[in-house]
Amino acid sequence: MASTATMAGTEPVFHLEEEHAHAEGSSTMLGFWLYLMSDCLIFAMLFAAYGVLGGNYAAGPAPKDLFDLDLVAVNTTMLLLSSITYGFAMLTMDKGRVAATQAWLAVTGLFGLAFLSIELYEFAHMIHEGATPQRSAFLSSFFTLVGTHGLHVTFGIVWMVTLMTQVARFGLTEANRRRLMCLSMFWHFLDVVWIGVFTFVYLMGMLR
Amino acid sequence: MPDTLTKFIFGRLTLDALPLHEPIVVATFAAVALGGIALLGVITYFKLWGYLWREWFTSVDHKKIGIMYMVLGLVMLLRGFSDAIMMRLQQAIAFNGSEGYLNSHHYDQIFTAHGVIMIFFVAMPFVTGLMNFVVPLQIGARDVSFPFLNNFSFWMTVGGAILVMASLFVGEFARTGWLAYPPLSGIGYSPDVGVDYYIWALQVAGVGTTLSGINLICTIIKMRAPGMTMMRMPVFTWTSLCTNVLIVASFPVLTAVLSLLALDRYVGTNFFTNDFGGNPMMYVNLIWIWGHPEVYILILPLFGVFSEVTSTFSGKRLFGYTSMVYATVVITILSYLVWLHHFFTMGSGASVNSFFGITTMIISIPTGAKIFNWLFTMYRGRIRFELPMMWTMAFMLTFVVGGMTGVLLAVPPADFVLHNSLFLIAHFHNVIIGGVLFGLFAGIAYWWPKAFGFKLDPFWGKVSFWCWVVGFWFAFMPLYILGLMGVTRRMRVFDDPSLQIWFVIAAFGAVLIAFGIAAFLIQIFVSIRKREALTDPTGDPWDGRTLEWSTSSPPPAYNFAFTPVVRDNDAWWDMKKAGYIRPLSGFKPIHMPSNTGTGVILAAFSVALGFGLIWYIWWLAALSFVCLIATAIGHTFNYHRDFHIPAAEVTQTEAARTTLLAAQG
Repeated sequence: MASTATMAGTEPVFHLEEEHAHAEGSSTMLGFWLYLMSDCLIFAMLFAAYGVLGGNYAAGPAPKDLFDLDLVAVNTTMLLLSSITYGFAMLTMDKGRVAATQAWLAVTGLFGLAFLSIELYEFAHMIHEGATPQRSAFLSSFFTLVGTHGLHVTFGIVWMVTLMTQVARFGLTEANRRRLMCLSMFWHFLDVVWIGVFTFVYLMGMLR
Repeated sequence: MPDTLTKFIFGRLTLDALPLHEPIVVATFAAVALGGIALLGVITYFKLWGYLWREWFTSVDHKKIGIMYMVLGLVMLLRGFSDAIMMRLQQAIAFNGSEGYLNSHHYDQIFTAHGVIMIFFVAMPFVTGLMNFVVPLQIGARDVSFPFLNNFSFWMTVGGAILVMASLFVGEFARTGWLAYPPLSGIGYSPDVGVDYYIWALQVAGVGTTLSGINLICTIIKMRAPGMTMMRMPVFTWTSLCTNVLIVASFPVLTAVLSLLALDRYVGTNFFTNDFGGNPMMYVNLIWIWGHPEVYILILPLFGVFSEVTSTFSGKRLFGYTSMVYATVVITILSYLVWLHHFFTMGSGASVNSFFGITTMIISIPTGAKIFNWLFTMYRGRIRFELPMMWTMAFMLTFVVGGMTGVLLAVPPADFVLHNSLFLIAHFHNVIIGGVLFGLFAGIAYWWPKAFGFKLDPFWGKVSFWCWVVGFWFAFMPLYILGLMGVTRRMRVFDDPSLQIWFVIAAFGAVLIAFGIAAFLIQIFVSIRKREALTDPTGDPWDGRTLEWSTSSPPPAYNFAFTPVVRDNDAWWDMKKAGYIRPLSGFKPIHMPSNTGTGVILAAFSVALGFGLIWYIWWLAALSFVCLIATAIGHTFNYHRDFHIPAAEVTQTEAARTTLLAAQG
C-alpha cells in the first residue's frame, strides 16, 4: 500500500494520501472473461437445442447423408493451426517485435479465412442438395449452431484486421497489447467451441 | 411510384400501420405528441439541449447514468400503469353481455405490453439505476470499471424502450402474453409486426443489460477501497453482486432463445414449430431458464435496500450479516434450479415435478432467514419511522403473504388447479409490488438526499405510501379469491355475474394506486420547490453507516477526494465512532474518464436496425448495421478517454464543502 495518512501516531487511518488510481484496463481481463462466459452460455443454449432437436430429421437427410468427415477434418485443422499461429503472435508480441507479430496475425487471419471458406462451401453443398435450414429441426439447429460459430470467426477476423491497423499505426503500446490479449482469448475460445461442435455434431452425428 | 419501389423503401410499413381506427390509441398519441412537443419546446426555449448533451446524455459518470435510469423507469411506469388500469376497468365492466370498451385485438396487446414494460423497462431500469448510483459510492470507488460501456448500456435500454413505445403508434405490439410462447408467436399465428417489435426491443435492451451486468461485477470485484474485504462489503453491494452474476448468467439465454424465435419467423427454420420436428416446449423451457433467475435479479437488490434501511433506521448494526450474505448466495444458486415450476402442467411427470417443487420450496428457507434477520435488527433498536422504514415495514408484511402463496403454488398438485389462474397473478404482483416496488420507493426515499442534496417531502411521501399499500391490498386480494374460484388470467369478458364485485374491488384498488403514483410525482415536484427547506448540507441526513454517506450530497464528480480505507462492515459508522477528521489539504489531481457521445450514436443505430428488421425494410437494416459496426470500430481508434481533475479544482470543491459544514456548526 502507498504511504497512508497517519494523523497523530496511533490514530486510525481512514484514507490513502497518495492518489493510487486503478491502472487503466486493470479490470479488462476479468471483464472480457465474463463476456466470454456469457457468450459461452449462448453456445450452450445452441448445443442444448441441437441436443433436443438433432434427431428430428422429419423424413429428411440425416448426418450420415450429409457430413463429409474428411472435409471437416481439414476444416478443423485450419482452425487449430490458426490458434497455434495466434500463440506465436502473442510470443512475438511479448518480445516487442512488431513486424513478426503482424506477420503471425496475418497468417492466423488467413487460416481463419480458409476455415470460413470451407464451411461456406460445405453449407452451399448441403443447401444445393436440398438440406436447407428449413428442411427439418435437425438442420435448423445444425445450421444455427455451426453458423453462429462461423459468424464469431468472421467477427474475429474483422477485429483482427482492426487491431493490425492499430498496431501498424500506434505500435505495440500497452493498450494494443491488452486488445491483442483479448482477441487471443476470443480466438482460443472459438477453438474450444469448435472442438465441441466437431465432437458432438460431426463425430457423434456419424454414429447415429 | 411503382409498387416494388414503395415496397423496397418502406418494406411492409404502410399508412394502414397507423392505428387511426382505434380512438383510444389516437387520443393517447395526441396526448403524447402534445406533451412531447411541449417538453421539446421547453428544452429548446431554455436552451437546454447543449447542457443535456454535455452533462447528461454523453456522461460516463455512474451517478448521472444511475439517475437517468431512474427517470427512464419512472416514465415507463406511467405507461405500464396506464395499461394496468385499462385492464382493470375492462374487467370490471365486461359483465352481463357487455363487451367492455376494449376490443380483443387491443386488449391482448395491452396485457402483453403491460407485462413486458413493467419487467424490462420499469423494474430493470429502476434496479439497474439504483445499483449504478449506489454501488461505486458504497465501495469507495470513483466510477465503474468500464464507464463508457455503462453509458452505452443505458442507451441500449432506452433504445429498447423506444421500440416498445413506437409499437403503440406505428403498427401494433405482440398479442401473445409477455413471454410470447410459440406456436402462437410463430409467423403462422402472429404474421404481423407485434412479435417482431417484442423480439427486437428485448434484444436491443438485453445487450445493454448483459453489458451492465459484466460492468458491475468487475466494479465490485476490482474497485473496492483498500480494506474492504468481501465480508466487509455493505449488504446492498453483496446483493448487487449476486444480481449481476445472475444477469450475466441468464440474459444470454434470453438472447439465444429470442434469436431462435426470430430465425423461425424470418428464415423459416423449425425450432419451435409444430411440424418438421420442431418443439414448442423447448421454447418454454429455455425462456424460463432465463425467466426465473430474472425475478431474483429484480428482488435481490431490494433485499439489500431493506437491509441498509433497517439497520440505519434502527440505529443498529445489521443482525446476522454473514447469514444474510450466505442466504443471498444460496438464493442466487437455487434460482437456477426451479424454472420448471412455471409449467408443472406441461406433463414432465411426477419425478421431475417433485424435484422442481421441492427446490422451489427450499428457496423460502434463506428468504425466511432474511426476514428474521431484519426483525432481529429492529428488535431493541431505536427505530425511526421515516419514509424508507415505513416502506420496509409494509414490505415485510406484504411480501410474507406473497412468499407463502408462492410456496403454495410450488406444490405441483395445487399448481394443477391454480396454473394460469388469477391466483398466480395475485401471487407475483404480491411479491413484485410488495417486494420490488416497495423496495424501490424505500431506496428512492433513502438515497434521494444523497443524489440531490435535499430530502423528499415527507407529507406527500406518506400520502403516496398509504395509497400504494392500501391500494395494493384492495387490488390484489380479490384476485386471490377469484383465482381460487377458477378464474383464468387474460380474460376480456365474463359470463358469471357473481364474479363482478371482486373485479370492481380490484379496480378500486387500482385507482388508489393511481393516486399513489400521482402523490409520488407531486412529492418530487413539491420537494424540488421546497428544496431550500429540505436541504441537507451534511451529506449524512439519516446518520448512515456506509461509505456513501461520508461524502457530500450530491457527491463531487470524483466521489471521494481521497480513496477511503475501510476497517469495518459499517465503514462510515466506524469512522464516525473513531473520531474521523475530514482532511482539508494535500489534494492530488484525480484521474477520471472523459464523456463520449458514442453510446448514444450506437444505440440510435441499433434502434434503426431493429426498426428495419421489424418492418422488413432491408436497406435500412443493412445500412444501420454497417454504420453500427463502423462506429464501434471508429471508437476503438480513440485512445484518449481520460483526463485529470486538477488538484486546485479538488481543493476548491472541498473548501466549499468545508464552509458549508462549518455553517452547520
